[in-house]
Amino acid sequence: MARPIRFLLDGEVRELAADIDPTLTVLNLLRYHLRRTGTKEGCAEGDCGACTVVLGELAGERVRFRAVNACILFAPMLDGRALYTVESLGREGALHPVQQAMVDLHGSQCGFCTPGFVMSLYAHQREGAPTDAQSLKDALAGNLCRCTGYGPILAAGQAMGRTPEPDIAEALGAIQPAEGLVIQHRGRRFFAPRSAAELAAILEANPDATVLAGGTDVGLWVTKQQRVLETVVSLNDCADLKAVEDLGGAIRIGAAVRYADAHAALAALHPEFGELLRRLGGLQVRNLGTICGNIANGSPIGDMPPALIATGATLVLRKGGARRELPLEAYFLAYGRQDRAPGEFVEAVIAPKPAAGRVFRIAKLSKRFDQDISAVCLGLSVGVEGGRVTDARIAFGGMAATPKRAAACEAALAGRPWTRETVEAAVAALAGDFAPITDMRASAAYRLEAARNLVRRAFLESQDAAPRVLDAEAVAYG
Amino acid sequence: MADSGAARVLPVLHAPIGHDSAPRHVSGEALYIDDIPEPPGLLHLCAGLSERAHARVTRLDLSAVRAAPGVVAVLTPADVSGRNDISPFAGDDPLFAEGEVMFLGQPLFCVAAETLPKARAAAALAAVEYEDLPLLLTAEAALAAGSFIEPSQTMILGDARAAIAAAPHTVSGHLQVGGQEHFYLEGQVALAIPGEGADLHVWTSTQHPTETQHILARVLGCADAAVTVEVRRMGGGFGGKETQSVQWAAMAALAARMTRRPAKIRLDRDDDMAATGKRHDFEINWTLGLDADGRLRGARFEFASRCGFSADLSHAINDRAMFHADNAYALQAAEIVSHRTRTHTVSNTAFRGFGGPQGMMAIERALDAAALALGRDPLDVRLANLYGVAGDTTPYGQTVEDAVIREIMEALAAGCDYRARRTAVQAWNADNDHLKRGLALTPVKFGISFTTTYLNQAGALVHVYTDGSIHLNHGGTEMGQGLNIKVAQVVADAFQVPLAAVRITSTRTDKVPNTSATAASSGSDLNGMAALDACEQIKARLADWAQANYGHAPRFTADGVQVGAEFFSFRDFVNQAYLARVSLSAAGFYKTPDIHYDRTTHKGRPFYYFAYGAACSEVAIDTLTGENKVTRVDILHDVGRSLNPAIDLGQIEGGFIQGMGWLTTEELVFDATGRLRTHAPSTYKIPTAGDRPDAFNIAIWSGGENREPTIHRSKAVGEPPLMLAISVFSALTDAVASVGGHKAMPNLDAPATPERILAAVNDVRRRAGE
Repeated sequence: MARPIRFLLDGEVRELAADIDPTLTVLNLLRYHLRRTGTKEGCAEGDCGACTVVLGELAGERVRFRAVNACILFAPMLDGRALYTVESLGREGALHPVQQAMVDLHGSQCGFCTPGFVMSLYAHQREGAPTDAQSLKDALAGNLCRCTGYGPILAAGQAMGRTPEPDIAEALGAIQPAEGLVIQHRGRRFFAPRSAAELAAILEANPDATVLAGGTDVGLWVTKQQRVLETVVSLNDCADLKAVEDLGGAIRIGAAVRYADAHAALAALHPEFGELLRRLGGLQVRNLGTICGNIANGSPIGDMPPALIATGATLVLRKGGARRELPLEAYFLAYGRQDRAPGEFVEAVIAPKPAAGRVFRIAKLSKRFDQDISAVCLGLSVGVEGGRVTDARIAFGGMAATPKRAAACEAALAGRPWTRETVEAAVAALAGDFAPITDMRASAAYRLEAARNLVRRAFLESQDAAPRVLDAEAVAYG
Repeated sequence: MADSGAARVLPVLHAPIGHDSAPRHVSGEALYIDDIPEPPGLLHLCAGLSERAHARVTRLDLSAVRAAPGVVAVLTPADVSGRNDISPFAGDDPLFAEGEVMFLGQPLFCVAAETLPKARAAAALAAVEYEDLPLLLTAEAALAAGSFIEPSQTMILGDARAAIAAAPHTVSGHLQVGGQEHFYLEGQVALAIPGEGADLHVWTSTQHPTETQHILARVLGCADAAVTVEVRRMGGGFGGKETQSVQWAAMAALAARMTRRPAKIRLDRDDDMAATGKRHDFEINWTLGLDADGRLRGARFEFASRCGFSADLSHAINDRAMFHADNAYALQAAEIVSHRTRTHTVSNTAFRGFGGPQGMMAIERALDAAALALGRDPLDVRLANLYGVAGDTTPYGQTVEDAVIREIMEALAAGCDYRARRTAVQAWNADNDHLKRGLALTPVKFGISFTTTYLNQAGALVHVYTDGSIHLNHGGTEMGQGLNIKVAQVVADAFQVPLAAVRITSTRTDKVPNTSATAASSGSDLNGMAALDACEQIKARLADWAQANYGHAPRFTADGVQVGAEFFSFRDFVNQAYLARVSLSAAGFYKTPDIHYDRTTHKGRPFYYFAYGAACSEVAIDTLTGENKVTRVDILHDVGRSLNPAIDLGQIEGGFIQGMGWLTTEELVFDATGRLRTHAPSTYKIPTAGDRPDAFNIAIWSGGENREPTIHRSKAVGEPPLMLAISVFSALTDAVASVGGHKAMPNLDAPATPERILAAVNDVRRRAGE
């Protein structure tokens, strides 16, 4: 007999039968099955944050609280976790301090985005995160508000008081399943194994299955493309895929490691990674999406591949018990096609730490700084010794049908003096590397020119501390 | 609770009181239409949308749609019992396209099914064949083809051509200004429940319940009186639910009528963005004549806007662009020409500012160019041409009587150290090649009133119950702007009762009929006055009774109702009046006085008054990528005597950020087939918290007081602050110009995306080098 999905709602154990629609979203579960209509649908694609709820997950002894988008979270992904919605906090007349601060500081106007903001702030508070303006802006980048201009909400974030919260670690521990989850719904199946070995076996037996990590891409197949997924295999509960390992000189990031959980390790690899991840998606996306998922789906505009390729990263693929490693750039064969056999999955990515003294830069160009998909993304790593380039690894996203190295540009740098003249020759070679497209994010001409200028900017920054526009503050005077 | 015999009532007028719904917003208890418990038998709707921008529909086979699981009905033009038209007035906006589709995303039919997923799945099964027809996608193309929604309009003041020809300096240019998606967080939604006979009750997220009622009756072929439209609140409107909400309400109404079952429609975000209108994009040609000191001699503007496939509200929107081509400046002589092009794109519509922002962009760009040509600080050119400094006659013949804008701009310039920062920015730019900074201080003067004069009327309904509680209803709708709390403050103040005694209720066409849209920033002005009228009627009856009964007129005070030497609680007093058979209910009414306008000559006094404000923005740009950041903003805004400073500050900040998005990150991209490629928040980028400037100082102008007897001397605030963001665009232009030492005027169009900024930087470099 299949076991049900077990999760905590407001600290109480709830069960969902093992025959529910496996791609029922948590948003629809809340709104239409549990009559909790405080959580709103604004976009159904994880970009507006109106559906933000908070998940509590056991991380060792402690509980990790994450703001996530309910609209692209499948209900089986609640298994073994705690769910909080805006109704969990307080009601009119007995508001939670986070809610009260939003009232006191005029943080709501039309009110539709408000529950999402409340939940993002609640998660921020439960995590004990800092409440300086920048930290709050980063925490709220995944929540869109069209009314307030954000000032009152940021003020509420700084002013919010606290209330004692019950410790749910024990209750969460009590619902941790001993074995994986299997959902069967009218011939459709959902598997959530507990280990990489189980995962590998299920995928080998079901080579057509959809591999589900955070769901920040796969979720949209369901909500936006109305696709019916026959077999879904979730790697979210594979404990042995959740590790970021220090290999000494490199880190190994497992397939289930979310952006948020890799953030510190990647920032330690190089601060440029920290800034990239700060701007990648909103926090709700970083709390679900995985580094390896961003690679595995093969998107030409994923931000991790160019940056990781620049480090010389390798990808670990696994099928059954067999593993193989390949340079990350070799994984991307063509648009929509990757070097991944049926039944095979991305198990980890290994990223070497850029050697001290290398020029290492990541640049992300988008219409909006926060939570926007790149028009062009650059990862650049140039070794310079005695004023001469030893080797260069330069990769771009948004410039081709796949993330791709700029071979001609790299060749034009290698062995030459690291000077403006060399860089000019190298950026001229980019036209041979790339024939970008024009789309809604940018024109082909802009992409090519911006790509050249990003390499030029990397050179300028290597010469002296060139200021970045994002760091600009109001001009000093008087 | 209403018995205030003991406690003194705190003043509520002009006080920073929070939004009445805030505790329910933050707890999720505020009900939006999709949150209303679903009635048994509810049908869910999904519209089938055109896949072509302009085509003859040669085949529309819906048999697979009808046969799909869960489908109960499929609505087509043949099912429209009344007229297949949902237009506000022009008769050119079908509920369902018939024979010919006019834009990509136009509804062809609508499925009613047992669940929403089933309705959506079924809608995708339609077999539609098209025969493509020629496309006009842009204003430029339509202008060349002579495709218009109405004849071009011209507004004339003096002889602008002669004045410009005689001027010592002439400057001219071209500017493109992009459109804007409303991106209300709550998408379009409506729920219709059939009653007895022809009766129908419709909940819809709309700014215009009355027009919805009238159009639904027209589509159904029934009397207005059979249809009741109700809206408690919207999850944002911004103009996008003034007319654009009607189509979906009409589908729900028609489905409910056909099936005798409740029917709900809620658009997916992508459908919402494809199928509903947006802010008009504009092509603008301008020419100024000036003297050597930068004083205007005359100005000419030629506007061409993309109206889309139907008229919608484009007549009035483009009129308002013309009304604001002067912004705050005495043009001396003006010729303002406006072309309203008909294109095969979604019908553009009202959006906060209603054409005014595009008009203002024209003159602000022109003055930036004039300042650059004359080598003067743009602020000095602006100050020299203000109403109150350089004249007082607008191009439409209205006299500007309260030209307080100079006072506001000078106070702002002093308060934000504009001069010192101008020097600092220049010095910084001289020392830096890669990043450049820009600074600009621009004014806003925005005309308040519907320019269609008859719309300037409103009604309210006030009941006083015998426990002293008050039921307040008015014709305005709440979309987050705080209208309800402001009107409640007016009512509480009128009776001197606590705010909690006033019960705010949903807007309904069966309580207050024949209302205008909540639009044109007029909500508080109109409905506040109508509610006050209702209160005064009740108070007059109470006074008559008290005079007859006690020999004294009553005074409504913070300590209760004073009658001669006696004090009664409000509850006690109204209960006595009830027992004496005094009516405690009144319908209030208001119409704005003194306004008139002749559209054939474009002359008159269309505006009751003007709202003013000024903003100073400072930016930085990356000259290698075009990336840009707003580093500091200072705002000083005139709201008259604010009814509620907390609400007004919220409108000012929110309006500014929304305007900043319009001019920077928000880009609507249509491809060559007419398909909107930026149809979701993944591709259409409104500002996030991170875009809010770190240094952001907002103040309400302390000198504000409406010269006209508006509601407690306040001023409208909904739209004007949006245009404060033009200062950001001017500052970006200034930063780009610095690349060429302010020798070449940047050809920067809006929105100023990184791509456009980089192109403008390159262009300036090239021209300045020549």
